Amino acid sequence: MIEARNLRKCFGKVVAVDDVSFRAEDGQITGLLGPNGAGKTTTLRMLYTLLQPDSGEMTVDGIDPRREPLAVKRRLGVVPDSRGLYDRLTARENVRYYGELHGLDRAAIDTRLQELIRVLDMGDFIDRRTQGFSQGQRVKVAIARAMIHDPRTVLLDEPSNGLDVMSTRALRGYLQELRREGRCVVLSTHIMQEVAALCDRIVIIARGRIAAEGTADRLLAQSGASTLEDAFVKLIGSDEGLLA
Amino acid sequence: MIPVFKKELIENLRDRRVVLNTLVLGPLAAPFIFVLIVAFTVQQAIDRAEAELELVVVGAEHAPNLVRWLTQQGVVVKDPPSDPEQAIRDEDEEVILRIPASFPEAWTAGRPAVVEVLTDRSRRYAGTSLARVESLLQGYSRQIGQLRLQLRGVTPELSQALRVQTVDLSTPESRGGLILAFLPYVVLITVFIGAMHMAIDTTSGERERRSLEPLLINPLPRWQIMGGKLLATTAFALATLAIGLVAFTWALKFLPTAQMDMALNLDWRVAVTAFVLVLPVALLASAVLIILAAFAKSFREAQSYVGLIMFIPMIPSFWILINPSRLETWMTWVPLLSQSILILEMVRGETIQFAWMATSFVSTGILALLLAAVAGSLYNRPGLIFGDG
Repeated sequence: MIEARNLRKCFGKVVAVDDVSFRAEDGQITGLLGPNGAGKTTTLRMLYTLLQPDSGEMTVDGIDPRREPLAVKRRLGVVPDSRGLYDRLTARENVRYYGELHGLDRAAIDTRLQELIRVLDMGDFIDRRTQGFSQGQRVKVAIARAMIHDPRTVLLDEPSNGLDVMSTRALRGYLQELRREGRCVVLSTHIMQEVAALCDRIVIIARGRIAAEGTADRLLAQSGASTLEDAFVKLIGSDEGLLA
Repeated sequence: MIPVFKKELIENLRDRRVVLNTLVLGPLAAPFIFVLIVAFTVQQAIDRAEAELELVVVGAEHAPNLVRWLTQQGVVVKDPPSDPEQAIRDEDEEVILRIPASFPEAWTAGRPAVVEVLTDRSRRYAGTSLARVESLLQGYSRQIGQLRLQLRGVTPELSQALRVQTVDLSTPESRGGLILAFLPYVVLITVFIGAMHMAIDTTSGERERRSLEPLLINPLPRWQIMGGKLLATTAFALATLAIGLVAFTWALKFLPTAQMDMALNLDWRVAVTAFVLVLPVALLASAVLIILAAFAKSFREAQSYVGLIMFIPMIPSFWILINPSRLETWMTWVPLLSQSILILEMVRGETIQFAWMATSFVSTGILALLLAAVAGSLYNRPGLIFGDG
């Protein structure tokens, strides 16, 4: 479970995140929806400890990332916006490397890898070097290495970026699987359909603030619009950045 | 830290270009070129000293005795070209002897008879021939002078107030040290070359490939991630150094040292001592290069910074070249300079005090650890992770 209260982060004079508060429950998929530059990535980076908030509170399963960054990192599985793989290593070696960094032993890594290969359908390319992989294959490897230590909480930053239709469907299936397993899943996206199809709760971020929060139905009721897209435009007050 | 170390080594060893440039061409080029150049120079010097001397003589008719004497000494006297000066400028001849028309008159009068030797000293190849011609002419002059004194009943020794005897205490090893003077430079630059690619690839390369952010989300302290990268870079630098030293030691066996009247004191014992001496430099070089490369925004930018750093290992060698002085204790405290001087002493065949080795090792080691600590703190700066500052 994730709780964030009044998070604020500035870069020089630019206020990237102004006042962000939200909750993400276990067994639910929470979507951070917002136009590009709204502060989604910065919010996630604070949660996975690579950035320090200027003010505000946050906890992951009750642990403060600022005070115990390593404990939080052990609980989190993160697929960040940067999904760089090591081209000269095979997919298996890429994932195994992260397992070793988590301090897992060889047997535990191999068992867990077997499962991830099956669930993510990576059998065809797991022992190939990742140079020349398609976007879909790259995202699968990035997810596998984020999940190697079986984390309870999963953060994904724009996971469907650059994926074709089939890969996107597979990704959605996998995220629903994570929800069934009772994990807390948070994903950021600027794509409306993704949120509508997947998320139990939607957090709309615009210009570093929370514009609205709740289930899809609640957002519709709150805005008085008939489609989620209209509701979104109404709630953030503009359609800027939506098409990007 | 160990997984990072292992992964960086495996990944870079799989890059054929890196292996070729860093582990093969880098350390092997210098010994190869060195042996080639020295062997060539020695051979040339021997050839020139032993070859028969051809000498153009202008105005031979003015001094037939001198010319006959030269011929007796094995000189092949050649007929003069129309314009002797031009022949030198055109590099047709190295040395020309010109006997002026005033020669016979001065000779019979017992005054010093002028002979001219034309040459161009800036043409270095002419040096050997010039020296041989001058020494022949001096010999002739001395011989005739002594005859003249004896004719007048004076012992020729009277004209020799001093007899200078220089006792050369140099040993074959120390003379060999002159030739190996550039070895410290090659050793240091090899270490930097060995560390260079790895330092860039593991830092700015990792960021450019967008794999740095996910890497840092793993639950280990950031200094440990950097530590693994630093160790891997140091290991690469040491491997390059070891290959370079082995290649050098082996290649020197092919030099005609006997003909050069010198001994090259680079045996396996010296090579191993040099390796130990340069060990902390590998960590130092890796830390400096990693700090620079981590700040660069891209692989390319990092390469240009690192190129500038490559002049650092040259400084001690240049300093020794410009200011040749005796080894003093303070020098053994200065990183890079201490290694340069101690390696020079070793190849000269001098015994090295253990205390000097220790001060060099410790002072360089301390500086290297300080820089390593700086490198270890770098990933606490968000700007270096996301590449926006």
